Order: sequence, then structure tokens, then C-alpha cells
Amino acid sequence: MSETLLDVENLRVSFTTRTGTFEAVRGISFTLGRERLGIVGESGSGKSMTGRAILRLIRPPGRVEADRITMHGEDVLAATETRMRQLRGGRVSMIMQDPKFSLNPVMTVGQQLVESLRAHEKLARSECRKRAIAMLDEVAIRDPERVMGLYPHEVSGGMGQRIMIAMMLLPGPEILIADEPTSALDVSVQLQVLDIMDQLVKTRGMGLIFISHDLNLVAKFCDRIAVMYAGRIVECCKASELHKAQHPYTLGLLNAVPDLEHPRPRLEVLQRDPAWRDALSVSART
Amino acid sequence: MITANLRDWLLSDAPTSRRQARFASWYKGWLTLRSNTLAMVGLIVLALIILAAIFAPVLATHDPYAQDLGQRLLGAGQGGHLLGTDSLGRDIYSRLLYGARISIYIVLLVAMVAPLVGLIVGTVSGYAGGWADVVLMRITDIFLAFPRLILALAFVAALGAGIENAVLAISLTAWPPYARIARAETLTIRNSDYIHAIRLQGAGPFRIVTRHIWPLCISSLVIRVTLDMAGIILTAAALGFLGLGAQPPSPEWGAMISEGRKYILDYWWVATFPGLAIFAISLAFNLLGDGLRDMLDPKEDNA
Amino acid sequence: MTNPAIDIQDLDVWFGAGRGRSDAVRQASFAVEQGESFGIVGESGSGKSTILRAIAGLVPTWSGNMTVAGEALGPQRSKAFFRKVQMVFQDPYASLHPRQTVDRVLSEAMGLHGLKDIDSRIPRLMEDVGLGPSFRFRFPHQLSGGQRQRVAIARALACSPQILLLDEPTSALDVSVQAEILNLLTDLRRDHGLTYIMVSHDLGVVGHLCERIAVMKQGRIVEVLDVEMMRHLEASDPYTRQLLDSSIQSSRSA
Repeated sequence: MSETLLDVENLRVSFTTRTGTFEAVRGISFTLGRERLGIVGESGSGKSMTGRAILRLIRPPGRVEADRITMHGEDVLAATETRMRQLRGGRVSMIMQDPKFSLNPVMTVGQQLVESLRAHEKLARSECRKRAIAMLDEVAIRDPERVMGLYPHEVSGGMGQRIMIAMMLLPGPEILIADEPTSALDVSVQLQVLDIMDQLVKTRGMGLIFISHDLNLVAKFCDRIAVMYAGRIVECCKASELHKAQHPYTLGLLNAVPDLEHPRPRLEVLQRDPAWRDALSVSART
Repeated sequence: MITANLRDWLLSDAPTSRRQARFASWYKGWLTLRSNTLAMVGLIVLALIILAAIFAPVLATHDPYAQDLGQRLLGAGQGGHLLGTDSLGRDIYSRLLYGARISIYIVLLVAMVAPLVGLIVGTVSGYAGGWADVVLMRITDIFLAFPRLILALAFVAALGAGIENAVLAISLTAWPPYARIARAETLTIRNSDYIHAIRLQGAGPFRIVTRHIWPLCISSLVIRVTLDMAGIILTAAALGFLGLGAQPPSPEWGAMISEGRKYILDYWWVATFPGLAIFAISLAFNLLGDGLRDMLDPKEDNA
Repeated sequence: MTNPAIDIQDLDVWFGAGRGRSDAVRQASFAVEQGESFGIVGESGSGKSTILRAIAGLVPTWSGNMTVAGEALGPQRSKAFFRKVQMVFQDPYASLHPRQTVDRVLSEAMGLHGLKDIDSRIPRLMEDVGLGPSFRFRFPHQLSGGQRQRVAIARALACSPQILLLDEPTSALDVSVQAEILNLLTDLRRDHGLTYIMVSHDLGVVGHLCERIAVMKQGRIVEVLDVEMMRHLEASDPYTRQLLDSSIQSSRSA
């Protein structure tokens, strides 16, 4: 992990509402090299907000503050909106939860792939098309020529998500942020899609931020894991050392999942300690 | 102290009685509305107009019907007439005040009849589906196919000129859009899980429509009605202007413009002041409607 | 097999008619004993939820024989049927009326079943599902997902039914909340002697709560097996094995 692709220090995201200020993310720090970082937490823990904040996708009344967000040394916070548009997709791509909402329903898959590539590189249409087909092939889509002509509603959820991955990786970004990329998919398809994503990220030497609520899944596909609770990182560890996790919240998450192979009469219920909320954020910098 | 306590009581996240829960939800709506400046302007203008209508006898300087041909067509401020006089020497200011009563009367009647008809037709049509839906919606389409003013004219022509008939005619032309909205809302609500759940409790269609679907349709109807109020007032004014609504000597604003039209080049104020009154009330309703849309939007409170 | 609580024979469910007809469930047959907890698993579109909806009377187009709590089901459900059978829906954000307080939801359910002294019953019912009295007058938007699902369960229990149809009751919730709801369902079943049919895509959840499990694929039940067999991965059908494999792989950390 010599090279740091992304460096975030003391990131805060807050929303001002009628009843006061709500802090979704409260001062977290992490770095990302050419590795796979998992961010795990329950709904409301601020994990998705973190992903969006890096891409500056949070709209008012939301506010993003940080001591530093740099991408390859470039200051994201100071970048102009035009520069941001180049970065999004060009340097960093994001895959959202449901392909149904991320793909434009009135454009064919091929048109969207070509468009997304042309937005970042000045290439001839035929060249774009060639690369799009090659990319679809890489995400294990059979008969990519045919799929190029399909509309999003004509493809299944799993294929839709693979198309999304293809689209996001087409301009060759260095960082991929995957926000619950497979929660909308069936279990059997889930693993297949994640395997494909994993392979691509590894072979291209990209940095991956995998945001999910599923600790086991993240442990399987990541090198490092940051566990978020109430807008802070409560624990950060290597995925291979997850079983050595200390924080009661992490343990609670692990034990709350019903396990087919090891049945228990009662599931463990997480007792939330108010002190977790106030404990300082653990740094996930390397 | 008391106000602070009351505020806490109203904004509490854990209300302890039905009453508190209800008041709290009203209060939160009110806070949203209050934060919208333009809507508050609309509300204040409307409140002023309503107060003017209620206290017209106190505020008026003259009898609105008293003619004085010696004082006809006086300019604003002349001879003790604040806004001048019309062609029969009647005080325009006093007539405007009494005219507000007529406008509000029309608005209230239409607002009570048209949305109710639309709500019933729309929700029944949407919830029942099948042939009931087809029949009701085709009837709605027929009403929608006529230009509103022409249809109102036809009704008034058939029923006879007069303010009640004008109200009836406007209501008859105003309900179809509400039916459409209510039906569209019902179609989305009908298949939601909470309607399924209440069906599984054994609730009949009448109960589901009136107790569960209506409350959700009403907010979008209220918004639409408020935004339509301007149109309703203008239609009423247009009917008055055409001589088919309120009859002379009644100080209806549209009729006043109609009378002033003959003198508009030499005595502009006769038609202009009632025109400004119509403008003010229409604008106020539109501003308020916009604010209500923000307040009643079901997507509120996502924090 | 004296008198099963639920007996489904040759159930077909379809949507649309003519050329647009799509068959959601084909020839499904199974029986659930009194007090048993029966699971139905399958991937999206396998027709698992449709079976529940057909039993509850939310899908009018079906054929076959369904006998539930001793009552042979026709096209219409009687009021007595709803006193015996209730359903909990998947998404607690969509299954509660947005403008009704918890109190209103529960008192209406009780009123519809003709219960008396509703005011004193509501706190007891809320206690049953682990909600304190402070929640009574809240609107759904003032509740968390888990609390909403508790309200939905309370609503289903308002008329003291014998059978609960659970349509993915925890899939929209966080794992820690899921654990709370699953524990609650376990307790309720024990305390009230309930019979469950639970639909889920998550084998872990179904395996936790159910004794027997039907596996569905493309509208057909491919296999019914005991949870013990499932734990030992002794499935005879290849599809079931595939499902078990992927489920175990994704729940086992690296």
C-alpha cells in the first residue's frame, strides 16, 4: 500500500433541519491505496453519505466539511464543478444499489456505455463501441453485441448490475465506490456479480470502497474493514482478522446473523451502549 | 415560559394522547408553512380580505348601493370618496368591501362542492375499477372536453343568471380535474400494503375509501383547489363581466369591471380598482397554494 | 396428518389473461400442521410471495384447493377467516398508513373484529410486541424500521389469530433489528401457539424460524425438506443444493 489514491481526514457531513443540525458523518479519516476497503454499518450509520461526500454528491441542505479530501494529491474540496465532473467517472466511479434506477430507461445499454465513455475521452464512436463490447465481455456477459441493443427493462437484475460495473469501469477509473452493489439481487447472483467486480478491481489494480450492511460479505471481498456506527468509525481491522474484532458493536453485528449451519434458539440482540456514540472515531489511515 | 412549554409539548417525539398527536402534526405543518415567506404573504392578504368582508359595514364609508348622480365618476380622494365613484356615483371603496363578501361566498361554495364531487367520483372510480371506472371516467372526460367558461355559460344560460347559478355552473365545470387527481392517487394507494393490511382486517370498501384513501387524497386536492381558486374567482368575475353572474346593482368585482369598461379611457379607476382586487385575491391564493404544497407533501419529515 | 392448519392442493395462480397471462405459481401442494412453522424460500420471481397473497385473498385469479383452519377457501374470504389468519408484510415503511398513529392503527383493527374495551387492550398488545406505551400516539415517520415492523405485527395479532403469514418480515431491516424481530416472532409463537408460514429469500432466516422448508423455482415447489436435512446439506434437488451453496458461501467469512 505504498501509493495513496484517496486520503480523507476528518470528514463531516451534516444536515440542517428545523429541529437542529443532524450530523450524518462525524469526523472520520481513512486512506485508500490500491486495495479493497470495506465500510460496514447499519442504515443511518453514515456509510452511504461517506461515499457520496467523496464525490461531492451531497446537495444542500447537506454540508460536507473535511480537513482534507485528496485524490492522488488533488484537493477535491477545492475542485471546480467542471473538474468534479471529470473526476467522477474518470478517476472515481460509483455503483449504486439498484441498477433499475441507475440506468436510463429510454436509452439502450449500448448507447449508455458509449455515452459514458465519450464523456471522458475524445474517441470515435466505432472505437467506443468496440471498447464497450470488450468491456461487456469482461463482465461475463454472453453475446455482448445483442445486449448492446437491449433496453434496461429487458435485462435481469444481475445482468443490469454487471452492465453498471462495465459502464463504470469503461473510462478506466482508479477508484471504484460500490454502495450496496448487490443488495437488490438474489443470493446466487450476488456472489457471481461480486466475483466479477473483484476480479476486475484486482487485475486493474484499482482501489475499491465497498459499502455494505453485510459484514460477512464485506469480509469476503475486502482487505480492510471499517465498521461505522452513528457517523463514526468504531473499529478498523484487516478482513482476515475479523474474528479478532474487539468492539461490541462489531461482535453484535457478527452474532446477530442467523446461521444456517450453527442454529441457536435465540439470536443475540445488540445492546447499544450510548458511550459508543461519543467515543472518538478510529482512524482508518494506513 | 408557557409558550416554551407549549412548544415542547407540541414538538415532542413521544406524544402521550390522541389530542397531542393531532395538535402536534398540525403545529409542524404550520411551522413548515410559516417558514415559506411567500405563502405567509398570501395568507395575510387573504386574512385581510376576509376581515374586510366581515367588517365591511364598519369599514365602508358609504352605502355601496347609494347612487348620487351628482357625484359620478369622481377620481380617487375627491369628495370624500377614497377610491372615487363609479358611473352612478357609488363609492368604489365601499363597493369593493362588500364585493369581497360575494367573492368569498362564491369561493367557499365552489370549494365545498367541486372537490367533494371530484373526490367521491375519483376515489370510487379508482378503487372499484372495472365498468364503474369506465363509466365514471368517460363522464368526467365529457365534462373536461368543454372549455370551462363556455360550459359555465351554457349552464347559466339554462339555469338563469344569478350568483347561485353562477356558483353551481362553476362547480359543475370545476370537479372533473379533481376527479382525475383523486383517481390517480387512489390507483397508487389502492395496491399499497397498508390498504392490503386493512383489507385483511376485514374492512369493507366503503370504510377503506372513506377512512383510508380519502385522507391521503385530500392533501393533494387542497393544494389543487387553492391553486384553482384564482381561476374560480376569475371565472366568477368573467361571468359577472358578461352579465351572467351577479346582477346589478350587486357590487361583484367582475360586474364592476364590466360597468367600468365603458369609461375605461377617461376614468381608468372605475375598472382598475376591482381589477386590482381580483388580482390580489388570485395571487394570494396561488402563493398560499404553493406553500401548502410544500407543507402537505407526503414526503415531509424524512429527517 | 390428522387435521392440518393449512392444506394447499394443486394451487395455480396467474396474472393477466389470454396471451398476456403469466403463471406465477404452478401446481403447488403442501400442508402445514397446527403450531408448525413452515418456510418457503426462492429467488425473486419464484412465486413464493404470491402463494401467501393467494391464501390471504389478495390475488383473485387462482385455482386448486385451499383449506385453512378448517375452512375451504372460495373466491371471497369471510370475516371469520380474517380472525384466524393474518399477514405481516415485507416493507414496514409501506405497510403502515402514513397519516395514522399507532393507536389509530391498532384500535381500528380491534374495532373491525368487534373487540370490546379497546383502550385497555392496546397497551397490552403493544407490550406483547415489545413496544412501550410512549409509542402509542406516534406516527409512522416517528418510528424506526424495527418499531414499525413491531406495530405491523401487533396489528396482525390484534384479533388473536391462529395463523400468521409472514412475507419476508425482516428483509427490509438491519441485521441487528432482524435479530430482534426474529426473536419476537419466536416468543410470540411459543406464547400464543401460532402457526407460521414464512416466505424469505434468506435461507439463514428461514432455517432459524422454520421446521420445514419448501424450495420454489419458477412457480413450482421443487422440494420440501426438514430444516435438519438442510443444515446437513442433504438436499436431493440440484437447485436446492445450488441455493444452499451460495447461501453458505456468502455467510461464511473468508
